[in-house]
Amino acid sequence: MAGIAGTGRSIPLMGRESEPTIFEISAPGRKAATFRTTGLPEWGAEELVPETFLRDDPLEVAEVSERDLVGHVTRLTHRQYSVDLGAYPLGSCTMKYNPKLCDEAAGLAGFGMVHPSTPAEHAQGWLELLVDLEARLCAVTGMAAATLQPPAGAAGELTGLLLMRAWHDHMGSGEQGSRPRTKIVIPDSAHGTNPASVTLGGYETVTVPSDDRGCVDLAALRERLDTDVAGIMLTNPNTLGLFEEDITEIARMTHEVGGLLYYDGANLNAILGVTRPGDMGFDIVHMNLHKTFAVPHGGGGPGAGPVAVGQRLVDFLPGPRPVAADGGGYEWQTPPKSIGRVHSWHGNALALARAYSYILACGGDGLRRVAERAVLNANWLRHRLRGVYDVPFDRPNMHEFVASTSSLKKSSGLRAVDVAKRLLEEGFHAPTTYFPLIVEEALMIEPTETESLQTLEALASALEKIAQSPEGAQEAPRTTPVGRVDEARAARQLIPTFDAR
Amino acid sequence: MPDFTPHTDDEIAEMLAACGLSDIDELFDAVPEALRLAGGLDMPDVMSEPDVMVEMNRLAAANSGANLICFAGGGAYDHEVPAVVRRLGFRSEFVTAYTPYQPEVAQGVLQMLFEYQTLVARLAGLAVANASLYDGASALVEAANLAVAAQRRSVLWVSEGIHPTWREVLRTFAKGTGHEIVEVPLRNGVTDWLAAGDSEPAALMLAQPNHLGCLEDVGAAADLAHSKGGLCVVAADPVSAGLLRSPGDLGADVVVGEGQTFGTPMSFGGPYVGLFATTLEQVRRLPGRLVGETVDTEGRRAYVTTLRAREQDIRREKASSNVCTNQTLIAVAFAIQLSWLGTHGLREMALRCARGTRYAREALVAIDGVELLASAPTLREFALALPVAPATVIDRLAEEGFLAGVALPEARHHGPGLAVAVTERRTRAEIDAFAAAFEKAVA
Repeated sequence: MAGIAGTGRSIPLMGRESEPTIFEISAPGRKAATFRTTGLPEWGAEELVPETFLRDDPLEVAEVSERDLVGHVTRLTHRQYSVDLGAYPLGSCTMKYNPKLCDEAAGLAGFGMVHPSTPAEHAQGWLELLVDLEARLCAVTGMAAATLQPPAGAAGELTGLLLMRAWHDHMGSGEQGSRPRTKIVIPDSAHGTNPASVTLGGYETVTVPSDDRGCVDLAALRERLDTDVAGIMLTNPNTLGLFEEDITEIARMTHEVGGLLYYDGANLNAILGVTRPGDMGFDIVHMNLHKTFAVPHGGGGPGAGPVAVGQRLVDFLPGPRPVAADGGGYEWQTPPKSIGRVHSWHGNALALARAYSYILACGGDGLRRVAERAVLNANWLRHRLRGVYDVPFDRPNMHEFVASTSSLKKSSGLRAVDVAKRLLEEGFHAPTTYFPLIVEEALMIEPTETESLQTLEALASALEKIAQSPEGAQEAPRTTPVGRVDEARAARQLIPTFDAR
Repeated sequence: MPDFTPHTDDEIAEMLAACGLSDIDELFDAVPEALRLAGGLDMPDVMSEPDVMVEMNRLAAANSGANLICFAGGGAYDHEVPAVVRRLGFRSEFVTAYTPYQPEVAQGVLQMLFEYQTLVARLAGLAVANASLYDGASALVEAANLAVAAQRRSVLWVSEGIHPTWREVLRTFAKGTGHEIVEVPLRNGVTDWLAAGDSEPAALMLAQPNHLGCLEDVGAAADLAHSKGGLCVVAADPVSAGLLRSPGDLGADVVVGEGQTFGTPMSFGGPYVGLFATTLEQVRRLPGRLVGETVDTEGRRAYVTTLRAREQDIRREKASSNVCTNQTLIAVAFAIQLSWLGTHGLREMALRCARGTRYAREALVAIDGVELLASAPTLREFALALPVAPATVIDRLAEEGFLAGVALPEARHHGPGLAVAVTERRTRAEIDAFAAAFEKAVA
């Protein structure tokens, strides 16, 4: 294997000293802000607003110099791990490298300085971008049209469920019977957002178990499918990283009882250019642009969760939608049976622009390479770690796989959480732990396509070392900015703000 | 070939061999043949970085709206974003981190969120704020869900002073939850709660200032809400908070808002940040993430996401919110900008908005045929009745280099109108030029 350079391990994080809050740095009278010279009359507050509305004392924020502020925030960045620093094999989250090109593209003033109510005529670049992005997302998913409004995956899920509801309401007392449908079927391996969205969509969750191969148990599904079922939500590949090989049969069975199929796009990265949800029989698809299309995660957001649908659901999409106008150019249109807006404006537009620039850069062939190499990396890592950790479903996986410390826990007490914390000491972010719920002591590992073989080897070596020398793992991490954090105390003695200290 | 993957051909061969495979297509053997996409994606080929930038610059340049002098608001405002926010808020440690699931290596994001929560709670005048929601509208929806769960009632009295698009989002999601929404009209610019009828509301929901720019009597609304056995939810503008009494101090139980005003350009509507604050009594119904202070094994101060048992990944179908991804990066920018403004600067910013607003209002109502749509006091935005259709005026003024405002739909007690917003960025010269062009546009 080529040299030791480029292993993608982080340098140890600096910032071992804790940083006071901005409120503790504050010194009365210190200022940073400056304002434009406007030439306007300098009316006082009481000349502008009736006194009854005015606060008695200024709202206390902080009083710092710009230099203090820069030092404070910069020191905090030294206490933070990130993809730019090193590998982030967090299963289900697709923590791939975010190309800098996309930051630059979305940072153009011509995108950022446009008010969202600007007449379409003066925002033609934005509308063209959104229309073309929609077309490309439809090409990737094999669907007819999409809404770009949902700002995150969970928002996309709820949008999708409301589309299902609108569809079934529209079908009314059709041949499937007039009783409103009440249930949504979800596998036991599903993300927590699925059942939570189902509840907010006004439906009841029916769980279908996985079989011993880690896929939906068809016999159990058959028992659960009836005309009370509005639809089924599936992730494919599923959260074990396995492709649901019976998907066509699942689609047939669901459609047969009048239900719709919802595709949770969390794992779309695995199948780009290989196969498409539309071809599998899905009716509604959400995409996490912050996973598959390289929008950075921003420490927890913002993301974007567009929802694409098949032809029969297009008229129900949220509006207004950007469309090509008959006479050239682009305009807004609200579909005739729209479920209504799901966002204040047009969705997380700048995140959409980032994803668009990423798709442009990759092109069709590049997107296929993303899937190939993501799947190659995950399979290589599974082979490399087989025998070191349990791999409960040890067969060809897609973009991620689930390992377990189940045997190691029995032999040496090593739990998944200990592996996670030890890995932080080794300079890597931890995998997702204790998910999916159907695997005990789960370590869900998704290396993504942007990590090199050298990085994967370094990660595997670190995981091997942890398994072989488990002693002291309960005390880990010891080299990070803080040691293991007391989560129980945080909940018991709640301090949600500086003022609650 | 431009690519964001590092694999060499030799490495691919080596890795395939390690997996017992000879061809990369074999990785997808689990995908049934009938489902394979023959011929690849119907999409143009790869583009180099400079070629992508040429295309993105072309699209950006096609947005002539970026050059308009902005008098539009309606929940998105043209405030100054200082260099310090752009430089610090976009540090890659914040931009390329994930949700802080491993607190030992995420103290940077966690502490920024803790400071953000503190600032939002102070603006609201309440004890606790979450770590952000998607936008103002989504925060409003979550507030409705909280109130319904807390009060075990399904009726919401929603003031028509809340932005029409936010109310539309509330109606969309109510189709799933089954909330019953009673829209309460404005009269003379403020909510006429007497018109709400006699149902038992889970909450009274109103905006301060409302979408006509008018100031509502939050204290009276809170008293009424409580006398009806409901909560009081206020959608508050965080800039106005620099001058106005905090809704929490006036009795509000939940305060939500749109945080774009601090640190985020208008960005064609997103990503923004939904502010959400409430009382300690409701903390276990708080949607989204919450950061709390604690200690590490050595007793050092540390931060962690807490009360996690509320969240969707643990409660699943019993969760009262499905929020997972939030808007952390925008919340970080919010906290940095508000810290940069400081105690003095926050008040100064609100005051400057109010000065520009009064100056513009006086200049515009002096024009023949232009009148105030409502008489109630305003602060940073005001509504006009025009002799010409508002959309026409907006189009005409765009030709003159101005974004005149946001068109207001007709409502029960007022006709269509135009909401004009003035931020601290607008100068006297700009407002004078705007008023001169406005006069021609309505002639």
